[in-house]
Amino acid sequence: MDLLNIARGPALQWSLVVFAVGVVWRLAGILLLARKPDYTEPRSTNTWGGAVRMIVSRTWSKREFLDRTAFAQTIGYVFHIGLAIVVFGFVPHILFIRSLTGLGWPGLPSGIIYVTGALTLAALAAALVRRLTNPVLRLLSNVDDYFSWLVTVAPVATGLVAVAHLGARYETLLAVHIFSVCLLLAWLPFGKLMHSFLVFISRGTTGALLARKGASI
Amino acid sequence: MTQGRNPTILEVFQQQGLSRRAFLQFCAATASLLALPAVRAAELPAKLGAMPRPTVIYLSFQECTGCLESLTRSFSPTIENLIFNTISLDYNDTLQAASGDAAEAAREDAMRKAAGKYVLIVDGAIPRLQDGAYCVIGGKSALDSLRHAAEGAAAVVAVGTCAAFGGIPYAAPNPTGAVPVQDLVGNRPVINISGCPPIPEVITGTIVYFLSFGVPELDVHRRPLMFYGNTIHDRCYRRPFYDKGLFAKTFDDEGARNGWCLYELGCKGPVTYNACATTKWNNGTSFPIESGHGCLGCSEPNFWDGGGFYRPLSSGFWHGNVGAELGGAVAAGAIIGAASAYAARHRQKATSGDK
Repeated sequence: MDLLNIARGPALQWSLVVFAVGVVWRLAGILLLARKPDYTEPRSTNTWGGAVRMIVSRTWSKREFLDRTAFAQTIGYVFHIGLAIVVFGFVPHILFIRSLTGLGWPGLPSGIIYVTGALTLAALAAALVRRLTNPVLRLLSNVDDYFSWLVTVAPVATGLVAVAHLGARYETLLAVHIFSVCLLLAWLPFGKLMHSFLVFISRGTTGALLARKGASI
Repeated sequence: MTQGRNPTILEVFQQQGLSRRAFLQFCAATASLLALPAVRAAELPAKLGAMPRPTVIYLSFQECTGCLESLTRSFSPTIENLIFNTISLDYNDTLQAASGDAAEAAREDAMRKAAGKYVLIVDGAIPRLQDGAYCVIGGKSALDSLRHAAEGAAAVVAVGTCAAFGGIPYAAPNPTGAVPVQDLVGNRPVINISGCPPIPEVITGTIVYFLSFGVPELDVHRRPLMFYGNTIHDRCYRRPFYDKGLFAKTFDDEGARNGWCLYELGCKGPVTYNACATTKWNNGTSFPIESGHGCLGCSEPNFWDGGGFYRPLSSGFWHGNVGAELGGAVAAGAIIGAASAYAARHRQKATSGDK
């Protein structure tokens, strides 16, 4: 079996298994935790409304913090939306998802994907530069942050290199790209990238708690 | 003029009643096919013209004769031109008139006379199990015949994917233990001309190049880069539709008729290196994608075991039941997660009990 068939065969299959085990493990482990009973009288019973308000209101910084956070939030949105467009808009990716789930949808022209991929890569590079140059952020960062950045960047970079046929034969570049996706899948549940599943759960839980206390959200 | 020595290729042309102009036209067509740089193209008539016709031995093993069928349909150079003017095809069990012991004796005689100089063309894979009993010709196994013939060869040209990479005989479960030529011939230059079958002009062009300039520049699979340097996808006339995101959904839909990309229908063009999209077939008439079918990737190793001709290249190459595996993974994750949450609750209780 050649490198490409190993990548799109056993490597991808096993990384998906690790991904599925890890995500469900983390979600079940968190959602089934015991919560301390709260005996105070609730100031609001609309906790679901609070959860939704918090999810929406935290999508952008409050005006007073905007100067300091706008750059980070902008590049954050660029690479998150960029990743979504590249992953769910590129036809070969859609065909992969269809082969796994049976679900498919129309794709975008390749040119749009390539430009989006390049912008995503630039935004991820900017995020790393910011992390390395901001003293506070650098102090807060650990191996998980840098490794999670690496496994996120790798599929984008290798994908762009593959479509541009740079440095090696296409099938080798494609295999490397798929291996990088395997690494991302296998790492995602166990590091900070798990926020992709937990972000709205944690934000909603906080919103619900604050709503119960009657806090402004 | 040619007493005491073999006539050169140019002399053979002239003996056939062909002019020097015809010979130069043949060289120009060949140089064009090979995309030779100007300097090499200018050298071709001199090199080819001064060279005696080389002996070529063509052995067929585990194959379907499709490669030879393809070779006989070469337009530039034509098979007639090749075997009457350019080479001395001294053994080919399908094309030759002789048969039985006489044919085998002629082969031995030709190999002895041109020892160390002849070109050995091999078509088909070689079975190794049962001492090679799955393919025996004239009482000799393919394994023995190849080893014997390769000993005196200047170079070995493996024609077709079966000879180059094992092809269909090599595909799982490979019941005969078939192997490609390059696995058995270690001490001679091997040139692979893969394809099922290979493009006829690629076979003849490579032979003419070898006669003129020696072993051409090869890729990682020992194929001539001049023919296997680009993927089908990169040279495909449907490529613009891939870039626009326009894909045929079935073989007879509007998109397919309008020339949209066949990627979704399983085309393996992006990972297949061959000259189909440029040299084409039947004197440049068309190639499979132009006829409406995706590329099967037949010139690549293990193309038969690549997960299905009609599955898109980017779809998973799943082994076993991936749905059941992922279902099991989800269940396992839920059990581990529940167990870890239970352990955390237990610790919480124990901690609050201590207080």
